[in-house]
Amino acid sequence: MIVIENLTKLYGKVKALDRLNLEVYPGEIFGFLGPNGAGKTTTIRILTTLTKPTSGHARIDGFDVVSQPSEVKKKFGVVQQHLSLDRELTAWEVMELHARLHGLSPSERRRRIEQMLDYVGLGDQACRTVEELSGGMKRRLMIARALLHEPKLILLDEPTVGLDAQTRRRLWELIRRLNADGATIFLTTHYIEEAEALCHRVGIIHLGKLIALGKPSDLRRRLGAITVETFSNGRVCYHHFPDAEEAKSFVRGLPSEVKNILIRETSLEDVFIELTGRKVKEDEDGKIAQG
Amino acid sequence: MVKSLRDSYSIWWADLRILRHLWLRFLVTSLMSPVLYLLAFGFGLGRGIRVGGVSYLEFVIPGIIALTAMNTSFNGAGMKLNVDRLYYKCFDELMMAPVSPLALILGKSLIGVLRGLVVSLAFLSLGLALSPMRVSPLFGLSLLLTCFTFSFMGVLAALLARSHQDMATLSSVILMPMTFLGGTFFPLENLPGWLKLILHLMPLTYSSQCLRAEALGEAFPWPSFLILLGFGMISFSACLLALRRASL
Repeated sequence: MIVIENLTKLYGKVKALDRLNLEVYPGEIFGFLGPNGAGKTTTIRILTTLTKPTSGHARIDGFDVVSQPSEVKKKFGVVQQHLSLDRELTAWEVMELHARLHGLSPSERRRRIEQMLDYVGLGDQACRTVEELSGGMKRRLMIARALLHEPKLILLDEPTVGLDAQTRRRLWELIRRLNADGATIFLTTHYIEEAEALCHRVGIIHLGKLIALGKPSDLRRRLGAITVETFSNGRVCYHHFPDAEEAKSFVRGLPSEVKNILIRETSLEDVFIELTGRKVKEDEDGKIAQG
Repeated sequence: MVKSLRDSYSIWWADLRILRHLWLRFLVTSLMSPVLYLLAFGFGLGRGIRVGGVSYLEFVIPGIIALTAMNTSFNGAGMKLNVDRLYYKCFDELMMAPVSPLALILGKSLIGVLRGLVVSLAFLSLGLALSPMRVSPLFGLSLLLTCFTFSFMGVLAALLARSHQDMATLSSVILMPMTFLGGTFFPLENLPGWLKLILHLMPLTYSSQCLRAEALGEAFPWPSFLILLGFGMISFSACLLALRRASL
């Protein structure tokens, strides 16, 4: 569905993307995982024709994003990271404009808009202006708009940023439902549990480079299914083992001054820390830049 | 081409939906400065003065119409687009829709054209009550061209601005000199050569010439009309270039 070859994007001297290669298969939920500034949004902007790559190629459903933008634009629906709604329009008018620009006939427009607003649970909000909607409702309206023209590919850039736990779960359900209905989903996130909960495959991007690719379970297994956390001399260390037996024998052999030992299953976050030397959440808070 | 026009209409349609709630306030706001100009210059300063064989009031009203068309069209198209692009971020959605760049520029300009026309015509009806004017098809055509030209310039400014402050700066740098020098308040004859030259670099000067000549029943200045058309076409092309630059 998406083929990315040697994609590079320079902003001045800063490499936002560095020879990125990636393929997203039809029918999957693919998660693009990485800390802020890793190149996720740049990738989405290139795929959606908003930004031109410095070099390399990207194709959606066989169409090149640079040389065939008008074909590409019909293929995807996108939900951007930032709210991108005209706040003075009503929910219905937002949908109506999108439907018109995608060339839906008047009767089709009416049917699809009603259907999509219901689908995201905004059926009774159609006449309210965007300004009057809550944050979660605005996000859902953006999703409804992205789905309106029945795209084969749905691009979601950090779809759940800034949402409360309930709203986030509702969105996850919605994304799964969309996928079950046949859409390919490409989502970016810096919430690791989101990638773990939703995605069939994930790619980890760091400093514009793809540094890992595979099923979440495979990535965990590659690192070691069991993790031991030890705390000594004021710092936490992570040790990874293929099974519980090896982990236990490691713990038994630890010197007695090592305390606060935790044995648990390896998470995708462990994979991420191991690969990037960064802890995503701490990085997000800006406390620890480099681990 | 048909699809582009339909897409332009769709973009215009959304802007119209917003104006629907605000039209009365918009009309009052936009008529404020032309009415004040009329009072200050037409009745205050210009009382008893005759310019080229007509009263100052007759002279200044067509100029104020051109001025009003310029300001309202420029800001009507530019301000909303600036907000759409930098604040609401919903201009991105238009850029990602299967719509030609031509349709996008035209569509975003139309709201400025409409606003400019509505306010100019409202002021025109006020002007007609005060002094006789010839309102001919060529008068209408010149007014329409004026609205289009300055809407395109408003769109261009909004596409180039990197912030709301930029937009305010561009707006005053472009509009303010023309407001006071663009042939609205005084005739071009008998000015020093260097000032005349500056005035001839301003699209509003040509717009004033066309509207005034028609309103006063003089021969229509076709060269001025063609130069204004040139300004319009250059602005439109510059918009297309700016749009391309926006996706670098």
